[in-house]
Amino acid sequence: MGDFAEAFHTAGRLIIERDPALIAIVLLSVRVSLGAVALAAMIGLPLGALLALARFRGRGGVIIALNACMGFPPVIAGLVLYILLSRAGPLGSWGLLFTPTAMVIAQCSLVTPIIAAITRQIIEDLWAEHREQLKSLGANRIRAAMTLLWDARLSLGTAVLAGFGRASAEVGAIIIVGGNISGVTRTMTTAIALETSKGDLSLALALGLVLLMLVLAVNSAAEIARGALRRSAG
Amino acid sequence: MHGSPSILPLSLEALSFSVDGQRLINGIAMRLEAGPRTVILGHNGAGKSLLLRLCHGLLTPSAGRVVWSDHGLGQDWVRRRQAMVFQHPVVLRRAARANVTYGLALAGVPWRERRKQAEEALAEVGLAELADRPARALSGGERQRLALARAWALHPEVLLLDEPTASLDPAATRAVETVIAAFDMAGTKIIMTTHDLGQARRLADEVVFLHKGRLLEHAPAREFFERPSTPEGRAYVSGELVW
Repeated sequence: MGDFAEAFHTAGRLIIERDPALIAIVLLSVRVSLGAVALAAMIGLPLGALLALARFRGRGGVIIALNACMGFPPVIAGLVLYILLSRAGPLGSWGLLFTPTAMVIAQCSLVTPIIAAITRQIIEDLWAEHREQLKSLGANRIRAAMTLLWDARLSLGTAVLAGFGRASAEVGAIIIVGGNISGVTRTMTTAIALETSKGDLSLALALGLVLLMLVLAVNSAAEIARGALRRSAG
Repeated sequence: MHGSPSILPLSLEALSFSVDGQRLINGIAMRLEAGPRTVILGHNGAGKSLLLRLCHGLLTPSAGRVVWSDHGLGQDWVRRRQAMVFQHPVVLRRAARANVTYGLALAGVPWRERRKQAEEALAEVGLAELADRPARALSGGERQRLALARAWALHPEVLLLDEPTASLDPAATRAVETVIAAFDMAGTKIIMTTHDLGQARRLADEVVFLHKGRLLEHAPAREFFERPSTPEGRAYVSGELVW
């Protein structure tokens, strides 16, 4: 128990003193997670909307697969990407293995299905309501998809936040493709895993506290933005 | 008045529409001319709304044809000459004015002109003051007038209305009927459904009476209300009067 209290104490000091190693890890984590979520939103939002409006053979199967991918095990995503990016792999010549870019790609591949699947459901419900009116006004499916994405912006914020939750908490995929290299690819979650296994609980705890605060801050900012949007657009 | 060739008359040729083998619209043939306000009457389930949707192209006939005069200008052009107002107005989560400019954008109106045309349309339906309000915050009656403004801005040659006042109170109903009359004055052909016989008497120049998916009567309004020519028509008119 004394160890635990001491760890908390050291953690507080590391945060207050803004320990450079801690700062570097935090900044990299933010860059990787937000980068992955931004990229995933750019892919997942239009993908989900198009899937909501498209009608084709095998659509039901695609939706099931997409929904299932929300629970895709990060270590498997990491492993597959590792094989693709490794020196001998098909994308080995890109030289991305053990770089932050590889980590962004890994998290993006985990977050995109979450955003796309939730978007698909939200837009499909909205389409049921707006279909006749939009068709009457002459909107084609692409245009209708864009219109509904904007119309659903408040709900879709939650889809993106769910994606951010996945990215910020994720460790399995980025530790495989990033390698947890100090100063290069060490993020909060991979560092916590490492420091805990080494027995350095105070750094692990400090990182854990920062991570929790960061997640809280991002969600608060999103809620404030949503409130402002709701006031302006009903 | 519209300066381009007319899409009227509208001819329905042996029009049928089935769902799961059940004929909901059954062999309807008729011709609607420019001019008279056409009101489609019939009990719930008679096929009134389906008929409007088939005319507007929202549904594809199972058999027969809906023929608008396209003058070789194509189906897109025919669609643009029509507007439709639904029983439950669906508005986008943006300002009232933006809902109107959205329709104008889809109609290909250059963005510089959209705002002005939207303002005019909103003024026409009495919503000028609410232009900046979020459309979702409007009342049911105001939303329906917003839907009418969106249609007005498009200057359609034909306006289809599906029970436009079914969920509105008397004051809102009156406001909507005023706008419908304004469309008529501006030369827009009105084709609407209603189950409100009083409204039909106020607005109809001619009546199309449907019963179980079939066309039973197509007559001048006065004639239909005073001397319905079928037993079903008589029952409908008198039933509504007793009611």
